[in-house]
Amino acid sequence: MNTELTGAEITIRCLQEEGVDYIFGYPGGAVLFIYDELFKQDKVKHVLVRHEQAAVHAADGYARSSNKVGVALVTSGPGVTNAVTGIATAYMDSIPLVIISGQVPTYAIGLDAFQEVDTVGITRPCVKHNFLVKDITELATTIKKAFYIASTGRPGPVLVDIPKDVSQQKTVFSYPESVTMRSYHPVTKGHSGQIKKAAQLILDAKRPMIYAGGGVILSDAAMQLTELVRMLGFPCTNTLMGLGGFPATDKHFVGMLGMHGTYEANMAMQHCDVLIAIGARFDDRVIGNPKHFFNEERKIIHIDIDPSSISKRVKVDVPIVGSVSEVLVELIKLLKARKEKPDQIALKAWWTQVDLWRARDCLKYDRASAIIKPQMVVEKLYQVTKGNAFITSDVGQHQMWAAQFYKFDKPRRWINSGGLGTMGFGLPAAMGVQFANPRGSVACITGEASIQMCIQELSTCKQYGLPLKIVNLNNRYMGMVRQWQEFFHGNRYAESYMDALPDFVKLAESYGHVGMKIEQPSDIEGALKEAFKLKDRLVFMDFITDQTENVFPMVPGGKGLSEMILV
Amino acid sequence: MRHIISLLMENEAGALSRVAGLFSARGYNIESLTVAPTEDPTLSRMTLVTVDSDDVVEQITKQLNKLIEVVKVVDLSDGVHIERELMLVKVRAVDKDREEIKRMVDIFRGRIIDVTDKSYTIELTGTGSKLDAFLDTIEHSTILETVRTGASGIGRGERILKA
Repeated sequence: MNTELTGAEITIRCLQEEGVDYIFGYPGGAVLFIYDELFKQDKVKHVLVRHEQAAVHAADGYARSSNKVGVALVTSGPGVTNAVTGIATAYMDSIPLVIISGQVPTYAIGLDAFQEVDTVGITRPCVKHNFLVKDITELATTIKKAFYIASTGRPGPVLVDIPKDVSQQKTVFSYPESVTMRSYHPVTKGHSGQIKKAAQLILDAKRPMIYAGGGVILSDAAMQLTELVRMLGFPCTNTLMGLGGFPATDKHFVGMLGMHGTYEANMAMQHCDVLIAIGARFDDRVIGNPKHFFNEERKIIHIDIDPSSISKRVKVDVPIVGSVSEVLVELIKLLKARKEKPDQIALKAWWTQVDLWRARDCLKYDRASAIIKPQMVVEKLYQVTKGNAFITSDVGQHQMWAAQFYKFDKPRRWINSGGLGTMGFGLPAAMGVQFANPRGSVACITGEASIQMCIQELSTCKQYGLPLKIVNLNNRYMGMVRQWQEFFHGNRYAESYMDALPDFVKLAESYGHVGMKIEQPSDIEGALKEAFKLKDRLVFMDFITDQTENVFPMVPGGKGLSEMILV
Repeated sequence: MRHIISLLMENEAGALSRVAGLFSARGYNIESLTVAPTEDPTLSRMTLVTVDSDDVVEQITKQLNKLIEVVKVVDLSDGVHIERELMLVKVRAVDKDREEIKRMVDIFRGRIIDVTDKSYTIELTGTGSKLDAFLDTIEHSTILETVRTGASGIGRGERILKA
């Protein structure tokens, strides 16, 4: 007869079967049996964070930089509520995670027990799916389903809530090889008739534009996208989530688009006649006001794995539902088989126009400034790391400068919270990235406001010896808030000044790290070089930057793409 | 425009709240919602009535399809269909009103299912507008209580919704 295992043992065995090497978590009453089983084995390594939000961000950074499912483990009640920000962050950016949460015993559910919350209810709007496992015999299948759902279709976080008594009960363990669900059949292959229509539109285009988003990264389709763009010779832009999906140093790349996108990318979006949207969702930060966007006529092809992303904000002409990589393979095959090429004379004229826009040099800034310009720090970081680092960021001005000035040539190198815009994401995400890429250089570009939202993780970094490089663009303001207040609220800087800042150098040192304060533009490069030389140490670089610097170009909220504020 | 959306979903705890949560989270309006298990006890059938533009309803059906526990979704208003709603009405029925109300119930092909010396409880089935019409014909002040199930719908003829 098969021996019976406890729910806790089964949970860990399932993680082993899934090939999980790291999980990020924080123990507590409801997960004690699971932690006990973790203790007894060494295949699944546990990383102890200092706050559950960081556990989920770390699992998220791990997933984004590796294309594996990230796993977090938290206890019931406050463990879960702390994790919610992390879960919502992953949900908005479609990141595959499995979150295992402890729950009070089944007999106590609904009785307002100690550390009880309705986890399934609280997380329901910000997960792809969630489960409460009330029956031990369903535990293994449920965890299998969680990994399957998280990683297929449009990916997303899946939560499995395990009551304490279920983790204690016993049953025979067998891990299913696969699961099928009658209600879940993600589409991967695009409709061939639609792909044919798209090919025809592409061949007929005079002013084409390729607009590619995070779907390219999630679907591992950077190679196919690059092949398509180079084959057609079309201009290509990436969204904030899509950076690295197409090489930023390629001549066809016109930069990021959107609220802080380049002049050339936004103008080309607005004035193209055929738009090929690939794994992108026309969100409000990307196309601005949809009415203004439709002042110009254009045909739109939209490739996306999620049917609900299509025609949500913008009506499209040729929708193609399918995995970006599979659809692009088909599309490339089809285009190669056709003898015709797009009108080369029209394309040349279009490039002339795009290059004129490009000549506007919309990202220029004062390079001779005596005060450190944040843009220069990012540029130097790019040079010093030769564009090979993994860059995580927090949220705000520094995030935009990172996106504008670090040229990502490879996918999964740019890790940021695009959808939810979660301050505090950068440092814990960088920890996850470092675990997934132990030999990679990992830098976190942050600001003095964002970094303080998860600063406690400096302790985790010390415990696991993570040699992260923290690039703190310290302008003593919540910079993006200050910028909006300057532009739209009559310079009334309500509560956006960061008073009573810590001495970040001493703070880093108190955690056992290296701290540096850099105040002169001439010291930027040297400091960065020195920091990256310290291969086994975390270095916190506190750059004292220009307080009044703003992010340009800017499409103000509610305005159209061609209504940018420029320097 | 009014749409009547029918869906089959796993008969599991929490499935209903996912649908209701989706509507509140995305600001869609629900006019009525009915749900009960089908002949296959693992499946529930839900009928949802919503009034919105075709674009929004297209989003609603797409978003419903995305829910993991939803097996099938169909917008019945896309084709010919039948819909019915059940209403229970308690009315004050005294003196000459008793005969009058009884007659109206017969005309509307309803049934009186409970009687006291002062009241009738009437059961009436039909489309929502028929039920409205019935309520309009009886003296408003005599109505003590109404309970309506909301619409249930099914396609006409060979049109079926199966897992």
